[in-house]
Amino acid sequence: MDTSLVTGLGYVVASGLFIFGLKMLGSPATARRGNMVSAAGMLVAIVVALLDQGIVDYTYIAGGMVVGGLIGAVVARSVAMTSMPEMVALFNGLGGSASLLVGWAALSPDSAPFTLITIVLSILIGGVTLTGSLIAYGKLSEKLGSGQIVFSGQQIVNSLVVLGIIAGATLFVMEPTNTTYLYAVIGLALVFGIMVVIPIGGADMPVVISLLNSYSGLAACAAGFAIDNNVLIVAGSLVGASGIILTQIMCKAMNRSLSNVLFSGFASVSNEVTEIEGEIKPISADDAYYILEAASSVAIVPGYGMAVAQAQHVVKELSNLLEANGAEVVFGIHPVAGRMPGHMNVLLAEADVPYDQLLEMDEINPRMETVDVAIVIGANDVVNPAAREVESSPIYGMPVINVADARTVFVLKRSMASGFAGIENPLFYKENTRMLFGDAKESLGKLVSELSS
Amino acid sequence: MNGAEYLLFILMLSVFLGFELINKVPATLHTPLMSGANAVSGITAVGAVALAGTGEGDLAQWLGAGAVALASINVVGGYLVTDRMLGFFKKRED
Repeated sequence: MDTSLVTGLGYVVASGLFIFGLKMLGSPATARRGNMVSAAGMLVAIVVALLDQGIVDYTYIAGGMVVGGLIGAVVARSVAMTSMPEMVALFNGLGGSASLLVGWAALSPDSAPFTLITIVLSILIGGVTLTGSLIAYGKLSEKLGSGQIVFSGQQIVNSLVVLGIIAGATLFVMEPTNTTYLYAVIGLALVFGIMVVIPIGGADMPVVISLLNSYSGLAACAAGFAIDNNVLIVAGSLVGASGIILTQIMCKAMNRSLSNVLFSGFASVSNEVTEIEGEIKPISADDAYYILEAASSVAIVPGYGMAVAQAQHVVKELSNLLEANGAEVVFGIHPVAGRMPGHMNVLLAEADVPYDQLLEMDEINPRMETVDVAIVIGANDVVNPAAREVESSPIYGMPVINVADARTVFVLKRSMASGFAGIENPLFYKENTRMLFGDAKESLGKLVSELSS
Repeated sequence: MNGAEYLLFILMLSVFLGFELINKVPATLHTPLMSGANAVSGITAVGAVALAGTGEGDLAQWLGAGAVALASINVVGGYLVTDRMLGFFKKRED
């Protein structure tokens, strides 16, 4: 049989498996098998590609696969679930750089103009994804400061870089044999990736990481055009669509537009000081225990602080004891709790909390009035009632989990410092709020030992 | 239909399909969705192997080999970590 027919059919099968695997990711019950179906699709695609008759030398390929595969396997086994955002950021960058290299390698003196344009696109998107992801990785892993980096004239520098990219790309397409233009485009794309991500603050990282996820797919898509390969286009656009949808969800959960996230930080609007009435009412672990013991329904609302304190396992213990005591326990997860979409869910799942106990914001808010005790652990902005009540607040209009509607709210907090976004939280001053100060893990540990005695 | 039109046609269909499918993924699975997407974006390996196997020993072949290595990290690492994560998700036992 004709090998090109085998290749073509193989890619059709692979694409089908990717699509089917993605469909199975629609439910936690089938998701794991879906991932395996998708992996099978990848295996088919790679085996078919290796059968290509144009390949005469397998040493470079084998070398690359062994090195890459080993690194990937070690990272996947050793990474802590708290570090998933950094890992995904890094992998976005690797995907982008692979597409950059493929676009670059695909260049030949007799490339058609359409191919040249797609080569430039895969180099540009790949390059921006690479350095943007490395900066995002640095911010998420706190190797770089998580704050925004803004300097005067930033807009001008960015505009110059964009103009340079357009000029370089145009010249390259017109004269593809001149490598100076090619290197200029690569260099400027790498610079642009840095410039795009440095002004974005730590609280907006869930948006950035989703967007870069999308770019890594679009880069693969562009590379698919450059080398005339349809399976790259199918897989790349699935990834691109996924990242764009997650970006939209994150933006909506913060009540901000994408351009607002990318081009302006919170700092420029949050200088206004609002008077908050009421006083802070601390509570001891002993007193908190008496209230919890009498509660028949408890809602736990975790934030990134829970992950920082490594408190997810003791949270699960508390939830077990409360259930044994006859209370109904649910978890309320805000879409931007944590540093990437769905991060809290993974951390709680790792601590053996069943997924049907995790409720999304829209599910938990209507039933909050019937909740006896809401326990806020390491979350701040996502439970801030200022989003509903204070029109001058920078987060006004953002959907939040309405813990203040519960009969009693416990807020576990290290000190009275503001959250990641630096915004005052009137929740702490509410009549029904009690502050349980201290390390979240220790405070929960005390509650657990009281409940289990 | 020539090459470019055919590829654009595929692009359009898969973008729509992608939107439909991913909108159905529940929020609780968004992290595995992203790491799974990392793995799928390693599809670049398919293009990279042809470029790394020309036997010319030139720059393009080295670039291809680099792309194979980078994409392999994504494929192997992405699928394994997603599998590890999805293994945590359990339904209530009763």
